[in-house]
Amino acid sequence: MDKSNGVTRRGFLTSVGVGVAAAAAGSRLEAGEQRVEVAEPGEMAKVALTVNGRRHRLLVEPRWSLLFVLRERLGLTGTKAGCERGECGACTVLVDGVSRYSCMTLALEAQDQEITTLEGLMRGEELGPVQQAFLEHDAYQCGYCTPGQIVAAEGLLRVEPDPSVDAIRHGMSGNLCRCGTYANIQKAVLRAAELRGGGPGGAR
Amino acid sequence: MTDDALYYVDAPLPETPEPSGEPRPWAKTEVVGTPRPRVDGYERLSGTAVYPSDLVLPGMLYGAILRCPHPHARVRSVDAAAAEALPGVVAVLTGASPEAKDVRWGYGGGVTTALFDPVCRHEGEAVAAVAAETPYQARDALAAIRVDYEVLPFVADERDALSAGAPKVHESGNRVGEPTAYQRGDVAAGFAAADVVVERSFRTACELHTPLELHGCVARWDGDRLTLWESTQGVFSVQAGAARALGLPLAKVRVIGHYLGGGFGSKLQPGKYTVVAALLARKAARPVKLFLSREETFLCSGNRPPSNVTVKIGAKKDGTLTAIELTGLGTGGAYPAGGTSLLDWLARDLYTCSNVRTETTDVFINAGPARPMRAPGHPQGAWALEQTMDDLAERLGMSPVDLRLGNVPRVSQTRGGQPFTTTGLAECIREGAKAFGWEEALHGDRSREPARESGEGSVRRGVGMAACLWIGGAGGPPSTVLVKLFADGSVNLNMGASDIGTGTKSVMAMVVAEELGVDPDAIQIENADTATTQFATPSGGSKTVPTESPTVRRAALAVKDELFRLAAEQLGVPKRDLELRDGALVSKRDPTKTVPVTGLEGLRRQGVLVGVGYRGPNPEGKVINPFGAQFCEVEVDTRTGEVRILRFVAAHDSGRVLNRMTFDNQVFGGITMGIGLGATEQRILDRGQTGKMVNANWHDYKLPTMLDVPPVMTSVPIDRPDPEANVTGAKGLGEPVTIPTAAAFANAVYHATGVRVTDSPIDPPTLCRLLAERSKEGATP
Repeated sequence: MDKSNGVTRRGFLTSVGVGVAAAAAGSRLEAGEQRVEVAEPGEMAKVALTVNGRRHRLLVEPRWSLLFVLRERLGLTGTKAGCERGECGACTVLVDGVSRYSCMTLALEAQDQEITTLEGLMRGEELGPVQQAFLEHDAYQCGYCTPGQIVAAEGLLRVEPDPSVDAIRHGMSGNLCRCGTYANIQKAVLRAAELRGGGPGGAR
Repeated sequence: MTDDALYYVDAPLPETPEPSGEPRPWAKTEVVGTPRPRVDGYERLSGTAVYPSDLVLPGMLYGAILRCPHPHARVRSVDAAAAEALPGVVAVLTGASPEAKDVRWGYGGGVTTALFDPVCRHEGEAVAAVAAETPYQARDALAAIRVDYEVLPFVADERDALSAGAPKVHESGNRVGEPTAYQRGDVAAGFAAADVVVERSFRTACELHTPLELHGCVARWDGDRLTLWESTQGVFSVQAGAARALGLPLAKVRVIGHYLGGGFGSKLQPGKYTVVAALLARKAARPVKLFLSREETFLCSGNRPPSNVTVKIGAKKDGTLTAIELTGLGTGGAYPAGGTSLLDWLARDLYTCSNVRTETTDVFINAGPARPMRAPGHPQGAWALEQTMDDLAERLGMSPVDLRLGNVPRVSQTRGGQPFTTTGLAECIREGAKAFGWEEALHGDRSREPARESGEGSVRRGVGMAACLWIGGAGGPPSTVLVKLFADGSVNLNMGASDIGTGTKSVMAMVVAEELGVDPDAIQIENADTATTQFATPSGGSKTVPTESPTVRRAALAVKDELFRLAAEQLGVPKRDLELRDGALVSKRDPTKTVPVTGLEGLRRQGVLVGVGYRGPNPEGKVINPFGAQFCEVEVDTRTGEVRILRFVAAHDSGRVLNRMTFDNQVFGGITMGIGLGATEQRILDRGQTGKMVNANWHDYKLPTMLDVPPVMTSVPIDRPDPEANVTGAKGLGEPVTIPTAAAFANAVYHATGVRVTDSPIDPPTLCRLLAERSKEGATP
């Protein structure tokens, strides 16, 4: 099997799969050397995924998206499927701390990277600071884009712990909300910055 | 369309008994009306809420539907042999399959076809379906199905549908029916009596709902009993539709819809996908999850139809309206789906005018059928009417605010002059204008201090406003709700209605809390499950709060009455002497006579008190409508056509505000969706060459993002309980908040540039072109 083909394809998918939030924040497109065996479609490949600090070893088809594996194989349905083509951001997760559309990321690409989903932002059974801020400011209606919004906000705040309103508007513009709760999301992200401790080196 | 049609249930509505007694309106409230985070916030924010699309059942397969790629075609043959042989494929259905061939699908207007009909009248019509071990394998199988299509000529634009020689969508032609006409008074005389007459034609592009959660369900059979977990606004509507299509008794179909990721009217009814999922699951003898792809939802899960409207208004010099005439053309797509539904309602009922004539023509085209979308017909009607009113105000030299204030109706003229219970329109306009600073903004220096850097003098500011009412918003029977109070004082609320994201559960918990003095967050809510809750109409049409909240209040009052009875017995005081305070029943005359709820012996013996609430009828001979007015300020770069919306103020009269926090959120959401109609959204069909939709995805079909909405939005509730409407005094809110938005925006763009943009959306290319045409004519913007 030609390994270089796989790498090239992954490189392409990695760059198109990055959310606007990450792009705005100066993303790290090259997430280090990836050592994944290239497999043919239909063939199952081994992958080890580290999700919310837990390591999962499973067999996947090379074409399976990280989104599919998270939702349908690992039961982490906090991550939502809105378009499966990198347009809405409902599937946003953090990969090594950077916001990524998990629908545009192959599960194989995420090998050896730290994946954080909505569930990983909880503090035990309690809502984490960004989630708490969304609650306080009613920054959601139907709640389906919300996990992606929250994770994107977390990604933004990790890069910019004390963002301006303008930075929030740009940083969150890769996440669609059809209920139209943007006004409240904007306020919630400001509040989340406060709750996370703000400032450089704020709580993570 | 009558108010009843707003229930969107394609089955007879059950009657609920009239409730006894008439509880007094709340004089003051402790919980109701306060801003309060949602009671299901934890579930929605932590990820523990299980939406139908989240469900994974043991042995579950994934379904997918093969869709016609042509706008009009006849299926000659379907060869699924290769698909059936693919790995992971468990079931395949085509129009010839014994499991599917006799299944009928009902479109609107009584039209039925086969589930997989050989004639595909729109792109995206269902042709075959598969179930496989993974969604990837299901898609592989679709690709392996060979369909021989006879491609037929198509018509993809309603403006072409009645042309001579236009291809016929149905054998009977392209007219859905006779034009719908309405008339009162004498418009010719009205125009003759006018000092000023304005007339203009408008168009709004077709808009798509695209809720974030895809349309679909999980279907599972237990023998001959079917359970559907569907992303729906109305579980009972899905139950009725699925039972009918599958020939099952209602009792054998259970529909569960605890959560859904948005609907906006597109999930009021079951889809073909519902029935297909059930058939696949039966054939495979395994549960099937079938959710559409995003692209499919652009083609076959409804839309807000495009509208073509000409409005003519006559007025006296003092602004008195003498005549309104509206003609409209629209399309609900390939089947009867209300293509011009309610397009003329605002022209008929928003302003006082004795002479009104409207006529609307609904035609077929080869495109996906419409479904009701947030305030059907109204935003399109407002786009035309409210821009024409703006025009008229200018011609009369009047302020747009004053022109409207001079024509506020007290009665519903189109319903034979029945009075409105409350008409907050004047307050909406006045208080909204005040909060906006309308006078200063209107007369301010419009080129001064642009909010952003730009070429000198090229940035113009403008303000605009528009008003509305919504035909619905009254709610009404049927509804049955149970409230249970347990011996330990905890409370359970059981209702059939869905919470589509508007905060229904939270508001209802607050109503229970108001009556029973418990913490709303401590109330356990069961809802939207046909097996465990009572019949409710789908959540939509701004009728959920006015339908369910009075019912919930009555159920809570029934429990309270029972508490009083038990306490009266125990304390030896008359019932009417008792009140419920801080979890205890206390004698008003002798406060030493008191017993905590948990100390009631009768309650301890019974274990639970069950209160049943029914929704009483609305008052006879009166009309209950919500009203609103919105104000907008924009900044237009006249070189690039870019429009930045600086702020929005929205004043809405929806009766009593039950939860200020979710109220404001609805208002902002309505504005955001209205900005989509006015500025960014349009379905584009390849009218000339292929008839296909060319932007069936969110990259090319532009929803507003956070950058497209103003950083400042202000909600000004006209918080006046409507005691005649129902026992909570609330009217609907979800629809009116999106009705005037696009028109207010267009009026602001006109004020900024002097260019009247008649066709939505007002995007930079359109505006640039119009500005260029205008400067060619020699005028300076």
